[in-house]
Amino acid sequence: MATTRSLPQRLVHDWLPVAVVLLAVLIAWYVAAWGLNAQGAIERVLDEEAGYTQMELFEATMTMERPLMPAPHQVAMDFYESLTEWPIDSPRNLIYHVIVTGQSTLLGFAMGTALGLVLSVLIVHSRTLDKALLPWIVASQTVPVLAIAPIVLVILGSLGFAGTAPKAVIAMYLCFFPVTVAMVQGLRSPQKIETEMMHTYAASRWQSLWLLRLPAALPFLFPALRVGVAAGLVGAMVAELPTGAQAGLGARLLTGSYYGQTTQIWSALVMSALLGLALTGIVAGVERLVLRSRGGV
Amino acid sequence: MTESVTSMWFWPGMLLLALVAGYSVYRMAAVQGARWVGMATAALFGVWVVLFWEILVRALDVPRVLLPAPSLVMGSMVDHAPKLWGDFVQTVGKAVVIGWALGCGSGFLVAVAIDRMPFLQRGLLPVASLTSAIPLVGVAPIAVMWFGFEWPSKAAVVVLMTFFPMLVSTLAGLKAAGKLERELMYSYAASYTRTLLALRLPAALPFIFGALKVNATLALIGAIVAEFFGSPTSGLGFRISTEAARMNMPLVWGAIVVAAVTGSLAYALLVQLERRAAFWHPSVREG
Repeated sequence: MATTRSLPQRLVHDWLPVAVVLLAVLIAWYVAAWGLNAQGAIERVLDEEAGYTQMELFEATMTMERPLMPAPHQVAMDFYESLTEWPIDSPRNLIYHVIVTGQSTLLGFAMGTALGLVLSVLIVHSRTLDKALLPWIVASQTVPVLAIAPIVLVILGSLGFAGTAPKAVIAMYLCFFPVTVAMVQGLRSPQKIETEMMHTYAASRWQSLWLLRLPAALPFLFPALRVGVAAGLVGAMVAELPTGAQAGLGARLLTGSYYGQTTQIWSALVMSALLGLALTGIVAGVERLVLRSRGGV
Repeated sequence: MTESVTSMWFWPGMLLLALVAGYSVYRMAAVQGARWVGMATAALFGVWVVLFWEILVRALDVPRVLLPAPSLVMGSMVDHAPKLWGDFVQTVGKAVVIGWALGCGSGFLVAVAIDRMPFLQRGLLPVASLTSAIPLVGVAPIAVMWFGFEWPSKAAVVVLMTFFPMLVSTLAGLKAAGKLERELMYSYAASYTRTLLALRLPAALPFIFGALKVNATLALIGAIVAEFFGSPTSGLGFRISTEAARMNMPLVWGAIVVAAVTGSLAYALLVQLERRAAFWHPSVREG
């Protein structure tokens, strides 16, 4: 579809609507900041006795020290300052927190993907595991897995693990599920006639896994990886909450909420959104490369 | 119980028991036919896991801070039943149910409303699907700041987390009705509303139920995590974080069992509803 359109057409067709929606969000944000901060601004910044104009009120709501809702430009300023005015290894620089959280996310993602792949191969090849294990894996998803985060941290902590490892374990717990389920589906996606052909070639189980099932499962794998990496990020951030960790985006959110640093919460939130988008973007990029190299879409 | 480990028969006994367990599950899985076999196998497997958990934790004297025995967890749940019931009402009864209903309801309504506006859809859909990559639980501290410590702040987080998946799924579902069927409705001179009610919404049901199921889990997670950021003195998330800090692991596991059972029941309930509502759909008929 998109290939038949020229660049300007594509801009209008695909990007203009998105731009309009984002602009609307931005305007709504400013209006909300104005409305929500007005009360506080009147109480704390403006002199009620002396009176004030609406313009002064508007300005006050946009520049408050600890607003109920920081205006977009305040968040942008805070964001920019944290990136440029502090060295990267300073806890005041958001990049530092991104590195901390990103490490545990990626480590957990790698472990979770590996676990998911192994489990799915086992499940596809064993009727017993399929019947006994798969329902529990599905049930584990209806369990609020994040709830076990504090416990995992306590257990691993008393076993002498600290730092990245416990957080990665929680990210792993969230990552493995989508991979397992999608891969079980994907590994079973070759049609009967194809598996029968492998059989007539006297292909071993290993060969039909490697040559038929795995390639057929690739289109199922990548969407699951996108979901998995996003879930892993949530896991890594939540894992930073109960430890009282000093570093990481989750910890940054928590300290921000302790000290009422609204702008800090918002810029940490924006940063975590960007990190999430970057991670899924990388997975999507790899997906495109792999599928294209295989002559697919 | 430590004596049993020193006994030379313990490990061979465990090995024997493991073989029995493995074989029984294997035989159960090999039974052909009946529909209950799958569930029975899974249940049997679960029972064996809990049994081994109990035996090993007791025999090896694992500190209860690390891993409490299932019997301890059960005992703690019975002892603290009123407390856990209060937590359940606080988290599930208020925040999750209300937030889930509001989030799914508004997602559905917005989807139906913008279904006829391609421009808005093209703008909103990419933004909505991008939100799945964003850790939305992060808004919890802001919600606490705006709506206070009580359940409305948790419900707000849940609404935000459930809205976008529902929106995206419903829009996809409304497009699921085939061209042939739509043209048939057109040839009957059916109105837009008529087509929507008689054809397109029923066709969208599997998508809608898919989102409802995913959102039920998301809502539970969102509410529990949001309670880590500040909550009144009850709630499953509050219980988990405070009791974990006091190293009272049996009660923490008790709260988790409550959450797990709730999540599974909600899921099962929605599956049953889906069977009733979308009984004709291939995905239901075959499964």
